[in-house]
Amino acid sequence: MNGPGFLQIAIYLIALIALAKPLGSYMARVYQDESVGLNRWFAGVERLCYRLSGVDPEQDMRWRQYAWAALVFNLFGLLAVYLLQRFQDVLPLNPQALPAVTPDSAFNTAVSFASNTNWQGYGGESTMSYLTQMLGLGVQNFLSAASGMAVLVALIRGFTRRNAQGIGNFWVDMTRGTLYILLPLSFVLALALVGQGVVQTFNPYQTVSLLETSNNTVDAKSMGLAPSPAGEGRGEENQTGKPTKQTLALGPAASQIAIKQLGTNGGGFFSVNSAHPYENPTPLSNFLEMLAILLIPAALCYSFGLMVGDTRQGWAILAAMTLVFVALVCVTVPAEQRGNPALTALGIDQSISAQQAGGNMEGKETRFGIVNSGLWAVATTAASNGSVNSMHDSYTPLGGLAPMWLMQLGEVIFGGVGSGLYGMIVFAIVAVFIAGLMIGRTPEYLGKKIEAYEMKMAAIVILIPPLLVLGGTALSLMLDAGKASIFNPGAHGFSEVLYAWSSAGNNNGSAFGGLSANVPFYNVWLGLAMLFSRYWLMIPVLAIAGSLAAKKTVPVGPGTLPTHTPLFAVLLIITVLMVGALTFVPALALGPIVEHLQMLGHH
Amino acid sequence: MFNYLRPAALMLLLLTLATGVVYPALVTLVAQTVFAEQANGSLIKNSQGDAVGSSLIGQSFSDPRYFWSRPSATANYPYNAAASGGSNLGPTNPALSEAVAARIRALKDADPGNHLPIPVDLVTASASGLDPHISPAAAQYQVQRIAKLRKIDESKLRELIAAHGEGRQWGVLGEQRVNVLQLNLALRNLD
Repeated sequence: MNGPGFLQIAIYLIALIALAKPLGSYMARVYQDESVGLNRWFAGVERLCYRLSGVDPEQDMRWRQYAWAALVFNLFGLLAVYLLQRFQDVLPLNPQALPAVTPDSAFNTAVSFASNTNWQGYGGESTMSYLTQMLGLGVQNFLSAASGMAVLVALIRGFTRRNAQGIGNFWVDMTRGTLYILLPLSFVLALALVGQGVVQTFNPYQTVSLLETSNNTVDAKSMGLAPSPAGEGRGEENQTGKPTKQTLALGPAASQIAIKQLGTNGGGFFSVNSAHPYENPTPLSNFLEMLAILLIPAALCYSFGLMVGDTRQGWAILAAMTLVFVALVCVTVPAEQRGNPALTALGIDQSISAQQAGGNMEGKETRFGIVNSGLWAVATTAASNGSVNSMHDSYTPLGGLAPMWLMQLGEVIFGGVGSGLYGMIVFAIVAVFIAGLMIGRTPEYLGKKIEAYEMKMAAIVILIPPLLVLGGTALSLMLDAGKASIFNPGAHGFSEVLYAWSSAGNNNGSAFGGLSANVPFYNVWLGLAMLFSRYWLMIPVLAIAGSLAAKKTVPVGPGTLPTHTPLFAVLLIITVLMVGALTFVPALALGPIVEHLQMLGHH
Repeated sequence: MFNYLRPAALMLLLLTLATGVVYPALVTLVAQTVFAEQANGSLIKNSQGDAVGSSLIGQSFSDPRYFWSRPSATANYPYNAAASGGSNLGPTNPALSEAVAARIRALKDADPGNHLPIPVDLVTASASGLDPHISPAAAQYQVQRIAKLRKIDESKLRELIAAHGEGRQWGVLGEQRVNVLQLNLALRNLD
């Protein structure tokens, strides 16, 4: 890394932390039903939504009611996405006349978007009609994110309420999150992205002549080109067998990309996601999209502090997240910058200079180079975003290890909007429990006693994802159907499978894309993994919320472990890393670590 | 759970209207008014007004008289902009070394006298398969060949590269790069 590299990473971190406070306090106001500037615009819409759907916004739900509302709502969203895909061939806004999606792929995609994973087995521009993208995928980008934030807010109420039965109203939390937070931010970001060159149109794909091959049929001195021969462009060839035309995939992309980044969804409009020049055309669009990945998860830490009445509690968690994030950026970026010894052996220049980014450029875009690709890879896996601007499958072993491990940590280093912080709060509960064991006191967190029930639920939250990831990886490697999809040979092929399950089992959505995941085996099994990892975590978290809300608050005493100190932030980091390391180091040793040693050994 | 069916269905419907119809329509409306050129794909038009490419989407070049773009791994043929894709080859996959070795041979065959080290982006496939740019180093590497074949001064070509180079955005963000299609359009204008 050189000066401009360090500078870009520093600017990114500063912007992220600086925005946490203003956005965090705004979101806290939204969820505490306080008036915000946008009330003028949206309060009427909000009331209309409640009235038309027969919701009583004043109802205070018990945790089971809250969970049922969230589950039924998400199930309906899932069904809507499934049906849109199955019938897109007869529905409008399908200018490319794309056929209906197969049942297994449609199931996988519907689960994927409803569960805020956005794992994609399909290529966007060659599979999904504009209508499916907009009305199915785009809508779930909003609603799955709003659902995650709602559950977080319910958990926070568990800490702030005393002797209470209810934890809030799911419909209100979800609607307010969508209308007051996600929609306005997306609108602004979408327009900024269009300004940089992200497409936003309902026109069909555009066909253009290619400079080199059209040149053969026209006077080379003329700047004008031969009039396009009739026909559908795609695959059209001249006498030499080369295509003479290029079909440019377009669509209403910007509106969807804005929310895919802000809502930690990550599902690309186009197949290669934010590596596509129409999805992420410039370094500035890249910066904005990358900032949007971590923006809400970081700011929610501040909202959390405000809502529990002690902003230091929020800063301590944000500090813990940021430290782990920076440490893993320092693994991936230098590993990619060192390049691939196999190419050095062929005499390729991979050095960094004023003239080139150098490093391991396979699967990376020139405008992003190494620093912005590596930083994005770490951000997108720290958050459960999963959008990519480079191909993770082509990363060096250590460069790819950091993103994989970040997912395996349970998506709590920033994590998904809402889900990341509620996961981290569960880890905080475990951390105070461990500390309580060490000093022989009943553990408490934010004034609530942590007892056996909370610990059981916390254990479920922490253990389900590793079970899915390791069990699923083992299953895939034992079955021919699982092994048949592997693309790269050797240890790297193992990494592809482990990465896929880490991604689905933690609702991330990024992939080692060589794995042919759009086959019935992976569509069904990864689909189930995404379902379990989303909802089997959401339910115990709501159970914790309900249990805590019913408790009384204990005053701070001499035996209370302060949870706003650097010491606690370190304890929290250690808890997260210990669980992650103990669970996954053996599996990682078989994949990226073996491959790293092989790579060094060969050359 | 039956109590939740009606509110869930109606809420989904109403919020679908807000986030899936009104929001994208509004963004499209504003985008097509304020940023019409970008919203429709940043097309490059010739003097007759026909689109000859996009300043954001690369094209494939194999004629040694042109600057070559980065290798592309898109389906069916390189730079297939209706099916973006990367190679997904892992760093230790022998197929990667073989592909790179073949690209080195193609570069050397087209330019036997060139013994400069080959910049990495010129022999590795981009993430999208549609990368419109190459690094300045990759452009400089090709100057000798093009100057010889087109019988023009190397300095003239270096001027062209400088004119079509893009620096870091706002002096900080991203990497230095050269837009290959625009460079080659300018190159053809020289004839």
